[in-house]
Amino acid sequence: MKLAIITALALLLSPPALANKVYVSNEKSNTITVIDSTSWEVLEEFPAGNRPRGIGISPDGQHLYVCASDDDTVRVFDAETYQELWTLPSGPDPELFTLHPSGNPLYVANEDDNLVTVVDTEKRVVIAEIPVGVEPEGMAISPDSRFVINTSETTNMAHFIDTDDYKIKHNILVDQRPRYAVYTDDGSKLFVSSEIGGTVSVIDPLKDGGPELTSKIGFEVAGIQPEWLQPVGMKVTSDNKWLFVALGPANRIAVIDVEKNAVKDYILVGQRVWQLAFTPDQKYLITTNGNSNDVTIIDVDAQKAIKSVQVGQQPWGVVVAPDK
Amino acid sequence: MTIICRIVMIMLLSTLIPTSPVAALEVRVGVLRVDYQTQLPTSRYDLRPEDLGFAGGILANEDNQTTGTFLGIEFGVEYMASAPEEAEATLDRMMADGIDLLVVMAGSDDLLMLADRAGEQRLLLNAAARDMGLRDGQCRTNVLHVAPSLAMLTDAVTQFAMWKKWTGLFLIHGSNPADQALADAYRRSAQKFGAEIVEERIFEDTGGSRRTDTGHVLVQRQIPVFTQGARAHDAVIAADSSDVFGLYLPYHIWDPRPVLGSGGLRPVTFHPAHEAWGATQFQRRFEKLAGRFVQEGDYEVWLSLRVIGEAVIRTNSADPAVLREYMLSDAFELAAFKGRKVTFRPWNGQLRQPIILTDSRLTVSVSPQEGYLHQRSTLDTLGLDEPETACTAFK
Repeated sequence: MKLAIITALALLLSPPALANKVYVSNEKSNTITVIDSTSWEVLEEFPAGNRPRGIGISPDGQHLYVCASDDDTVRVFDAETYQELWTLPSGPDPELFTLHPSGNPLYVANEDDNLVTVVDTEKRVVIAEIPVGVEPEGMAISPDSRFVINTSETTNMAHFIDTDDYKIKHNILVDQRPRYAVYTDDGSKLFVSSEIGGTVSVIDPLKDGGPELTSKIGFEVAGIQPEWLQPVGMKVTSDNKWLFVALGPANRIAVIDVEKNAVKDYILVGQRVWQLAFTPDQKYLITTNGNSNDVTIIDVDAQKAIKSVQVGQQPWGVVVAPDK
Repeated sequence: MTIICRIVMIMLLSTLIPTSPVAALEVRVGVLRVDYQTQLPTSRYDLRPEDLGFAGGILANEDNQTTGTFLGIEFGVEYMASAPEEAEATLDRMMADGIDLLVVMAGSDDLLMLADRAGEQRLLLNAAARDMGLRDGQCRTNVLHVAPSLAMLTDAVTQFAMWKKWTGLFLIHGSNPADQALADAYRRSAQKFGAEIVEERIFEDTGGSRRTDTGHVLVQRQIPVFTQGARAHDAVIAADSSDVFGLYLPYHIWDPRPVLGSGGLRPVTFHPAHEAWGATQFQRRFEKLAGRFVQEGDYEVWLSLRVIGEAVIRTNSADPAVLREYMLSDAFELAAFKGRKVTFRPWNGQLRQPIILTDSRLTVSVSPQEGYLHQRSTLDTLGLDEPETACTAFK
């Protein structure tokens, strides 16, 4: 199924933007697809090891980090030449990670070992291993870098790991199979998506006496079985107003009004929508659609899908290079 | 396209206390397995390991305990295997030991006997018996069924056949009562989904050893003859609970047709090659712990203990009445590596769950199939629906 394309006009009317490279990890074809963020043309597709999933980029835009899940390693690529530079010791089956805002260290979730591994990206050594719940997955870091959040899929918790001593300071129970965690840029709210529970938990991380679960956001789309409304990847705009939530097999992005904790709209995208990334100017949101082998470009202000771009097989993760 | 946007907001009473070093709540569960005299299986892949079910329990308890550690809950499990004639005494010992939460792997008669002996102040989770009566006229208030019913399995197979447009079915069933019950379930499923059983044959269980040096030579001659001259059909359904002939049917039947049921494409709760929805992690954890591949019995005990663990974690209680009420409520949900939450049917205590269809190498498909809709949950297209059950114990 193809989306209506209104791209040409929309792009012509936009002010000239900096071209940024968009990197999409293709879980099945073992490649990274590189897309230009002004023309939305595919520039390149290069091999990235076995089963590339979580993907990130260093703050200077030089190094691309890719969880090669079936190789039990994080591969580091030159973001310009696409040459593999080295690997980082990640622990087995790395899936998602978060980078310290300074670019070092990297916090990796290891699903098989119930660990979060902290890796020094310069010295390329493991600094710490933190035992967490069963099947750790989602990773986030608070804007002040005090806490790294890990969500564990079978334990159904968000763990608050202190970045100073690597100890868990708080645990919050959420709904079944928490997949992804994201903070608002002002640090006032933490969202955790529960894939099987079908909800997004809203947590007040700054509450006196420790973080507290304040509410849960559910989803409802006419004509879609409730069990297929499975929230996964999320991104929040830096003005802290809008939260975008990928709903997996429901093939939609939910747009949530952050202040009201309420769904405002649903945007139809490709099939099995999984992870999301903004362009640095936050004009566009890119969604990976695993079962239709494409990415959808969403105009963030208009909250509309404007284009889809064919990528490799089963796109999973996406990251956009920062402005130079 | 009309899209209705609505939000469900649930304000929560936050009663959770972060990591407490001292266990504030202790939960003890008994896993009771009744071992029957059985013949060797037709396939060596189905050999029964000594720790069948228990290994799944150990894994579940590790999973529960990891969460428990963060919440100050201590989970303990006692495992007992017993001969049928000792089952009652074994239960008595476990009860005397203070255990009032039990996971039971037993035949349906023994399960009913144990349930009645345990009494209503205890809670039993059925992790083996698939008989219809347990979910129907013989249901018990104190028994919840994590194991699927026969009807859930046969509905899963029949939905797939219908999705493939294999509407004409040749049903071959065994001669033992358990095979007859399975055949009944297939007849019911065919009627439910509009398939037609165009022919039925009985494969007599004449006993004999399961293992001969070149048995396949005889099988290759016998099965074509046995299946010769059947009315035109799209697929063969094997109803062979006794494991006598089902595995022999594929390739050997007279007409080249797909086989489903007890051979060919089989309905299972879990199998060792299932990888979707994060199941790979389950498989790796299990194999590391048990040193072998998972079997259905392991998964069903794992799931039963996870059901208990989840209820304990959410209610902060070990009281069977509190846990039962929570399990049967709308609030209960659990992820089970099947792509969607599993929940209980409040009318007969049956766990709703997708059924995997496997060719014994891969997950071929998962039922319910696309297009089978239900006003409550598509999972309720499998098994006994509320208006169909004679169970009144849950009212």
